[in-house]
Amino acid sequence: MSEEVRLMKGNEAIAHAAIRCGCDGYFGYPITPQSEVMETLMEVEPWKETGMVVLQAESEVSSINMVYGGAATGKKVMTSSSSPGVSLMQEGISYLAGAELPALIVNVMRGGPGLGTIQPSQSDYFQTTKGGGHGDYRLIALAPASVQEMADFVGLAFDLAFKYRNPAIILADGVIGQMMEKVVLPDYKPRRTDEEVEKQCPWAATGRKMSRKNNIITSLELKPEVMEQNNLRFQAKYKTIEENEVRYEEILCDDAEYLLVAFGCSARICQKACEMARAEGIKLGLLRPITLWPFPTKVIAQYANKVKAMLSVELNAGQMVEDVRLAVNGKVPVEHYGRLGGIVFTPDEIVNAVKTKLM
Amino acid sequence: MKEEIIIAGFGGQGVLSMGKILAYSGLMQGKEVTWMPAYGPEQRGGTANVTVILSDEKISSPILNSYDTAIILNQQSLDKFEKTVKPGGTLIYDPYGITTEPTRTDINIHKINAMDACIEMNAAKSFNMILLGGFLKIRPIVELENVLKGLKKTLPERHHHLIPMNEAALKKGMEIIK
Repeated sequence: MSEEVRLMKGNEAIAHAAIRCGCDGYFGYPITPQSEVMETLMEVEPWKETGMVVLQAESEVSSINMVYGGAATGKKVMTSSSSPGVSLMQEGISYLAGAELPALIVNVMRGGPGLGTIQPSQSDYFQTTKGGGHGDYRLIALAPASVQEMADFVGLAFDLAFKYRNPAIILADGVIGQMMEKVVLPDYKPRRTDEEVEKQCPWAATGRKMSRKNNIITSLELKPEVMEQNNLRFQAKYKTIEENEVRYEEILCDDAEYLLVAFGCSARICQKACEMARAEGIKLGLLRPITLWPFPTKVIAQYANKVKAMLSVELNAGQMVEDVRLAVNGKVPVEHYGRLGGIVFTPDEIVNAVKTKLM
Repeated sequence: MKEEIIIAGFGGQGVLSMGKILAYSGLMQGKEVTWMPAYGPEQRGGTANVTVILSDEKISSPILNSYDTAIILNQQSLDKFEKTVKPGGTLIYDPYGITTEPTRTDINIHKINAMDACIEMNAAKSFNMILLGGFLKIRPIVELENVLKGLKKTLPERHHHLIPMNEAALKKGMEIIK
């Protein structure tokens, strides 16, 4: 790691981390609150240094299909957007999953539905973890809670995407995208050479030069018998991911009698709520899912044997709470606290919600 | 040490950039920092505020319900944030455009005529630096030397010739705060 500590916005960290992890191409379309991602890339001009392509497409639909094209050739490619833009991309994301292509999508969420607001929200949890596009597919979903994690998760998401030949998504929010914090950027990793790409991605459409059978990248299969087998292969892969890639953080959980479950900016606000509650003698802990899919079901199930009740704290009308309830399976009460449409809760609101809903 | 600060006023008064310079100054002093703007479609003339936290330890929430210090630049912000200052905390305000003065008795209230001072100095754009100087006189959480380093980091190089003027404004603020 280069030890230089910088101060920057989460969106800027995404851009710098992309260049540094050897990203080959970024395709995007501006939308608040994530416009700084492409703005930073355009300002740094990585094409001069690393050869990375940065392109403003004519729409989000174009961006995601450019990502599909780049990924089909085994390149490390990405896009970023905010909620309404990510909705436009859903068809392409389903195609990426169906063609088993590694790629990175970044969603810096804002309030919805529709064009909604530009302020922070977490109401795309369902869209991210339960499909969004059509078909039985999954996205590896990472939820950063700091500017440092915005930087760190770019490389991690690409690694996981290539490891499993599956699109990955960084699900951030307007707070994490717009706030400035200290960050240490990852070291520069060169872009892979054509030879390295062919070696790492023997499935990719790299030009066969009559040396091998042609690689076909498609999500289309007209024979249902074959399509069922494809789906079974996807499901087996998803199971492996569920077994190996669950990530979470436990904060003040050791002696907790009540547990908050929260991701992204909500987890940061909940951490302060825990400090405030403990000053009043309430033993409150926080479990922060880092991967939203695969979801930390097992560890939440274990906490159901230890705590009196749980509160799922989200900037939405109650989405992740469904997964928490599935994990808890009725053992203890699981409630939800949220704010909607771009309004962000403050730490004292969460402490009050603990008192009124759990105690 | 931990200082939780809200800076609030009109868009265009330099609220966000003042917060940014304060955050960079904290970085230079080796503190943990967060800078969280209430971002919106508002630009010049709308309301703007930013939460800045400087701390020796890792910072949990970048969003708060109460503050150690509020730096207030218009009536709307005074109405909104006077009640959010922690008991024993600090409220700094510029009386320019304030029609209803703050009334709390359990906090330390400081007045700074930054608007008058910057006009007098013929440096309207240094308005926010006068306020920052005033704040640092009352709450000396970062050294002036680190503020100047922070300024250097925040300003593009083509504006570095303005640093002496900003330094003068910081010092003016330290002199005139009451």
